[in-house]
Amino acid sequence: MTDLAPMKLDEALKPPRNQWWDVWDQFKTHKGALIGAFVLGVLVLAVVAGPLFWRIDPAFIEPDAVKMIRSRNQGFSLAHPFGTDQLGRDMLARMIAGGKVSLAVGLVAMLISIFIGTTIGVLAGYFKRLDGPLMRMTDLFLALPLLPLLLVMVMLFRETLAGMFGPELGTFFLIVFAIGVTSWMQAARIVRGEVLALKEREFVLAARSIGTPSRRVILRHILPNVMSPIMVAATLGIASAIITESALSFLGLGFPPDFPTWGRLLFDGVEYMTQFPDRVIWPGLAISLTVLSVNYIGDGLRDALDPRIRGR
Amino acid sequence: MLTFTIRRLLLAIPTLLFISLIIFLLLDMAPGSPMSQIPLTVPLEVRLKMIEALGANDPIFFRYINWLHKFFVIEPLHVFDGLFGTTFAGDSLRELSWQSRSPVADVIAQRIPQTLTVIGMSYLLGILIALPIGIYSAYRQYSWFDQLGTFISMIGFSVPTFFTGVLLIVVFSVKLHWFPSIYDTTLKVTDWASFGKQVKQMTMPVAVLGLYNAAQISRYMRSSMLENLTQDYVRTARAKGLSERVVVLKHVLRNSLIPVVTVIALGIPTIFGGAIITEQVFKVNGLGQLLITAIYANDLPMVQTLTFIFAVLIVLFNLVADILYGILDPRIRYD
Repeated sequence: MTDLAPMKLDEALKPPRNQWWDVWDQFKTHKGALIGAFVLGVLVLAVVAGPLFWRIDPAFIEPDAVKMIRSRNQGFSLAHPFGTDQLGRDMLARMIAGGKVSLAVGLVAMLISIFIGTTIGVLAGYFKRLDGPLMRMTDLFLALPLLPLLLVMVMLFRETLAGMFGPELGTFFLIVFAIGVTSWMQAARIVRGEVLALKEREFVLAARSIGTPSRRVILRHILPNVMSPIMVAATLGIASAIITESALSFLGLGFPPDFPTWGRLLFDGVEYMTQFPDRVIWPGLAISLTVLSVNYIGDGLRDALDPRIRGR
Repeated sequence: MLTFTIRRLLLAIPTLLFISLIIFLLLDMAPGSPMSQIPLTVPLEVRLKMIEALGANDPIFFRYINWLHKFFVIEPLHVFDGLFGTTFAGDSLRELSWQSRSPVADVIAQRIPQTLTVIGMSYLLGILIALPIGIYSAYRQYSWFDQLGTFISMIGFSVPTFFTGVLLIVVFSVKLHWFPSIYDTTLKVTDWASFGKQVKQMTMPVAVLGLYNAAQISRYMRSSMLENLTQDYVRTARAKGLSERVVVLKHVLRNSLIPVVTVIALGIPTIFGGAIITEQVFKVNGLGQLLITAIYANDLPMVQTLTFIFAVLIVLFNLVADILYGILDPRIRYD
């Protein structure tokens, strides 16, 4: 008891710590989350910086027919650590290119779904008049059969969008938009719940009583306080978006054939899996590792951002 | 409780109507129609008459009502007739698949058994694995069993079924030759040998889906148990001198099962959706595979009907979950 007082004084004299340091301290104690962050970091680094070191073009096919036939379906070698596919294209280069698309789809789709979810959640929570209609709409969306609808959306709009933006960019827009539009409901529900609780707190009352317009109350006071659940939902959203994209690609309704993503590579590999099983294992492993580490990071973030657990 | 159930039932109707409208409108935008398959040699007047006779030119609202009528009245009547040999439906126009020219309902009825055996088994297996693991993990929180269990469920939850399926095929079909990689639907179970074959070919799809379900349900079970284990009534029960077995398996388990039962009910329709992928991996010709081939073939009536059936399943099991929750937890019934 006696040595507690000086320590407290010491702490009081220190400059105030940013709360994100506390979050980081808590995050560090979650071993799975740390490993997940490390693995995800390595994967992202490999995908982003990989093309700088591994300069083979993922779409390169030997123009010479004899050479092309010889270069097909190779196993492990120094020139091609992951082997080559049925057209002699380098698998490592294709994995890097595919990872870029898969991760980009996950990220952008998550941003769209979080944007829609947060907007609807905040509006429903803050404005009483909008609450009923918006939440009914959320319930309706939750009752939609999502995977079949996604497949139908891809089937219907792929040609149109491919005509507008080119096959690659068109499919990218379509898939990202379709996933975003069908995955915002959880985020909206969580945000609404938080906003409903926050709205009754004194600081919001204080802000309102000095005449702050609703827009600024939301942006300055409400939004920063619902950041933690949004961040957790966002992290988990990346994982589910990546899985959905690979599922679409795996069903052959994702990106066009010569445009690799991890799901597409897996789909292409299935045809050859009896002879060359490694061609399905690498892309599958990449998807699984990414999703697993993102899920672990989400778990860690949830613990770290929860003030009841933090500091215990 | 009755008013609660009736209110829920009434609420489901507008939901279903709205979803059917969305599906109908979405597919109405699709390019391609049965008219594009009329040979070009047919004169224009005849062609126009055919279009008129099929009602493809009516305002969208009429077509929507027409479709609903077909889905909810005509097709069920035909199915009823087929089952009991009655003639309620008469010769009313049926919803035809553009691919096979046979009624959509008949094709779907052929595919349902395969989907139900594979999915039903895997869901059952998933629940049977998940519950004990969830209970024991929560009871011994942070023990090595719990650590291992949460790790495995995290893996089962993160690794997509199309990868686990393919991996199992590579290991057990290609390398070890234990199980067939393709599901043979023509197999009839007549004796022990064919039964063994059926079990063999079901093992891998059921394992893949079962693991995935078990991972999700065990997470819910564990967290629900953890929440209940720290409650005051548990301390009371222990203070009364009840045995640990009674405390955990009677008092805590009963209360923690409430949310888990709802999750299980809610999960059934999503399993139908998830089975689309598993069926594709193992070439099971069930509903999911039917949907995929219909999408590839631009067979809109089939796609429309199947998607709507999935939607009906979701709404139905939402209803079941709600009512179950009301029965299990009297606090929910606010009537």
